[in-house]
Amino acid sequence: MGTMTNRARAHRVRALWMIAALLALLVAALPRAAGAQEESDATRVARWKALSQAIFPGRAMQDGGAVIQLDAPPRALDAALVPVTLDFLTNQPVKSVYLIIDDNPSPLAAHFTFGPKADVHSLKLRVRVDAYTNLHAVAETRDGKLYTTAKFIKASGGCSAPAGPDDAAALKDVGLMKLRLLGPFTPGKPLQAQLMIRHPNFNGMQMNQLTRLYTPARFIRTIDATYDGGNVFHLDSDISLSSDPVITFGFVPQHQGQMTVVARDSSNATFNHSFAIPGAGG
Amino acid sequence: MVQEIAPGIFARRGVDEDATAANDDAIANIGFVVGRDAVAVIDPGGSLQDGQRLRASILKATRAPIRYVVMTHVHPDHIFGAGAFQQDRPEFIGHQKLPQALAVRGDYYRKRLEEILGAGRAGPIVAPTRLVQAQDRLDLGGGKLLQLQAHALAHSDCDLSAFEQQTGTLFTGDLLFVQRIPSLDGSLKGWLTELNSLKSVAARRAIPGHGPVSVKWPAASLDLERYLNGLLRETRAAIKKGIDIDAAVGSVGQSERGRWSLFDAYQGHNVTQAYKELEWEQ
Repeated sequence: MGTMTNRARAHRVRALWMIAALLALLVAALPRAAGAQEESDATRVARWKALSQAIFPGRAMQDGGAVIQLDAPPRALDAALVPVTLDFLTNQPVKSVYLIIDDNPSPLAAHFTFGPKADVHSLKLRVRVDAYTNLHAVAETRDGKLYTTAKFIKASGGCSAPAGPDDAAALKDVGLMKLRLLGPFTPGKPLQAQLMIRHPNFNGMQMNQLTRLYTPARFIRTIDATYDGGNVFHLDSDISLSSDPVITFGFVPQHQGQMTVVARDSSNATFNHSFAIPGAGG
Repeated sequence: MVQEIAPGIFARRGVDEDATAANDDAIANIGFVVGRDAVAVIDPGGSLQDGQRLRASILKATRAPIRYVVMTHVHPDHIFGAGAFQQDRPEFIGHQKLPQALAVRGDYYRKRLEEILGAGRAGPIVAPTRLVQAQDRLDLGGGKLLQLQAHALAHSDCDLSAFEQQTGTLFTGDLLFVQRIPSLDGSLKGWLTELNSLKSVAARRAIPGHGPVSVKWPAASLDLERYLNGLLRETRAAIKKGIDIDAAVGSVGQSERGRWSLFDAYQGHNVTQAYKELEWEQ
């Protein structure tokens, strides 16, 4: 985020990794039925309770049915590319939103923090889903309250499924970006945009049987989108994001200007693009 | 049941179902060509048992040795029967990209298939011992001559077709689907290109990867061509209109419903694949 000091950023990154490590331990410790789809409701409830306590320690969680709506196909057509839509239902000002895939190896898939230039109305992303699981969306309002909603989806193998036959080809255009405006540009009016980034988002779980080695994890860790220097969103993401991530978000352009997107991956590569608005496909 | 569809050309129709423990994954069309000196298997089957049954049919039909096992691509329903033929010490023949595809996906496919069929019933992963870079020829004796053609990215990334000259029979592998909905795992645009070049092969009949085992060539490619062209046109139109992937899977290609078996099981998957490929155009 533009206003963060390096020390604050380092602290935040450390904190996130501690959460990730904690979650990994937690998931490993939780009981798993032989067939994930046969897991009982009680197990799912227990898993979510443990997860929410690890991610939001000591914080109350309220029913989010009136604040946020979560949509995903009940049965995934492609477990490595499950489209998820988050709609924010009220004028309750939402500061950030978390997407948690309870049964994934790394459950916290995404955390979006909205900036002053955001239009917090609708958000779309694509994720990998490894087993029959609940998805949870948690909206954090400006007053610090947490609202959650859940959806059960049937999918399997999205994390371990081979991304493609050719790792080298998958990295060929890494970092290439496109931005599409999904409506007419009117100064001062909210506008939806679709951001596409070429990145294999290797999650470290895909094994090459020839070498018996796993393709090393390499995935997008953060994305910052700013408009004319003001923050639209900051995303902390993880291995659950699909390859070639596509994110649809809203922003409010007061004037013609520049959308700047900075993505950083786990190999410390930084990808930086600026798009003229409404020039880019508007 | 294996049928002799032309002198020395045998084929077994796969059932238009997904793999189940009851059907032994015998869902693809498989067959063999009998020459004076040798037999070539063209696709060994979807499981060890499927391969063993095919081998028993060969032993009934001829005393000629099984010298070649051609694997038309990496998909499990076509090649997991290969283990049944290892005792014959044939050359296992595949596209130059088959070893890499097997390395990346083979074990994943085998595990998934064992989940369906039961432990030990999938069959081993058999790597090709002879690779086709562009073209190759197999002389089976007595005028039976197979011309093998390696294709560019199409249905999959390792499609191989085989043309038997004496009888004018084209084994298309999964470059041709008849009646059963095609499944896209390579490139939509590439498949249309390869299908177009395959149409110039002067064959009397084709044995498709799925569907009736003997069809007129190239007339039998018209349905597939219409399907793929429609998928291309309608997916492009959806992307251009800003229709997102989750909405596109429910709207693209719906005029094809009723023309293909298993439409609802695969249409959404095909649209997802097409969308992923086409959204990066321009």
